[in-house]
Amino acid sequence: MPIECSTGCHKNAVLKRPKTGDALCKDCFFWVFEEEVHHTITAAKLFTPDDYVAIAASGGKDSTVLAYIMKLLNDRYNYGLKLVLLSVDEGITGYRDDSLETVKRNEQQYSIPLKIVSYDELYGWTMDRIVEQIGLKNNCTFCGVFRRQALDRGATLLKVDKIVTGHNADDIAETVIMNILRGDIARLQRCTAIVTASEGTIPRSKPFKYTYEKEIVMYAYFKKLDYFSTECIYSPNAYRGYARAFLKDLEKIRATSIIDVIHSGECFSVRDGVKLPTQGICEQCGHVSSQPVCKACVLLEGLNKGKPRLGLGKTSKIREHLKRNDENLAGVEASDADTDKINIPKTINIKQLDF
Amino acid sequence: MKVTLEFRGGAELLVNGVAQHPVDLDGCKWTVARLLTWIQDNLIQERPELFLQGDSVRPGILVLINDTDWELLGELDYELVENDNVLFISTLHGG
Repeated sequence: MPIECSTGCHKNAVLKRPKTGDALCKDCFFWVFEEEVHHTITAAKLFTPDDYVAIAASGGKDSTVLAYIMKLLNDRYNYGLKLVLLSVDEGITGYRDDSLETVKRNEQQYSIPLKIVSYDELYGWTMDRIVEQIGLKNNCTFCGVFRRQALDRGATLLKVDKIVTGHNADDIAETVIMNILRGDIARLQRCTAIVTASEGTIPRSKPFKYTYEKEIVMYAYFKKLDYFSTECIYSPNAYRGYARAFLKDLEKIRATSIIDVIHSGECFSVRDGVKLPTQGICEQCGHVSSQPVCKACVLLEGLNKGKPRLGLGKTSKIREHLKRNDENLAGVEASDADTDKINIPKTINIKQLDF
Repeated sequence: MKVTLEFRGGAELLVNGVAQHPVDLDGCKWTVARLLTWIQDNLIQERPELFLQGDSVRPGILVLINDTDWELLGELDYELVENDNVLFISTLHGG
């Protein structure tokens, strides 16, 4: 027996909303989904008219739906935004080159211009070549650190006012859990913010902050949106994988778990007197950094000096060694050995396959 | 009984990269629960733990029967009829 749409429109429901438990027909689902994102955008005042906005586009489900929705809402509600798709080419043969084809089709389908920035242009290294040097153990650290800056650099090149990313409610809840498990208080404070902006950087926002992954996938499916779905060939982000599986299990028992975890993340406050890293500017490249030299510059220096493991440990520890052995790289060897033991890749706060 | 099984969103990787599988099931009274076991035994090529968890699909895999969310249809208890289309979409891949 088909169930009727909860709105009373008399059409047959096609899905059960995880957030509310409502059964909705296709049209009512589309409407509610779009209106909720519009509400998120207007309530948080994410844009002002005439903003030039870059949509971080990976070709995956979240950014594809985001590009579609941004275009649709911009037209429906006259946001007055100028949109551009911004993609990062990490240089991963067989993964990124295929997903970039999807983004190129999106450019045509949604009539939004596309800009691609590559790791090769920005850093002189592709992920394929980095993996040749570092192997498959810490490669995601490089990729994540480089990607975050690549987006900023691409956005700077384009002279956009704002960046939007496809992070959804599930992603944010996972990040909250990961930051708690790691004791990363500074990131725990930042990760639930709908807009992140610091001095001198282009503000980034997450219009899907309250949007469940299930609904994004259902929306993409029912709208027949063209997206790319293959795992990165260089090993999945294991830590996030556990957080994700854990949350999915929780969601199965209690559908509001995702929003509840985000809410918990928002409510945590750090008591007075706890020292948090302050964000400054990298003295080498001028990007935001909580250390005098940013992680990307440290990793890049390691690669260029043929010491790719430099920078994989604790930044403070490496700097200590560097200071002591400034003119002599022998010290870095020692730090290499040390970091092997500690091996706490200061992981980054972003989804591995998305930005 | 003829039904079509579809795997998308990355779930096709579990079944040899092929999205559509028309299958002919012997006998009658095929519930989704029974179908899942059959898929596990007959179709899944690699990493079976990524498809089933306990007696249901792994959380994060969406199931649509004739384009309707199985959560509206009784999930494991839904009884298949001729020409049903059962679609599995993985949400566990990156965005």
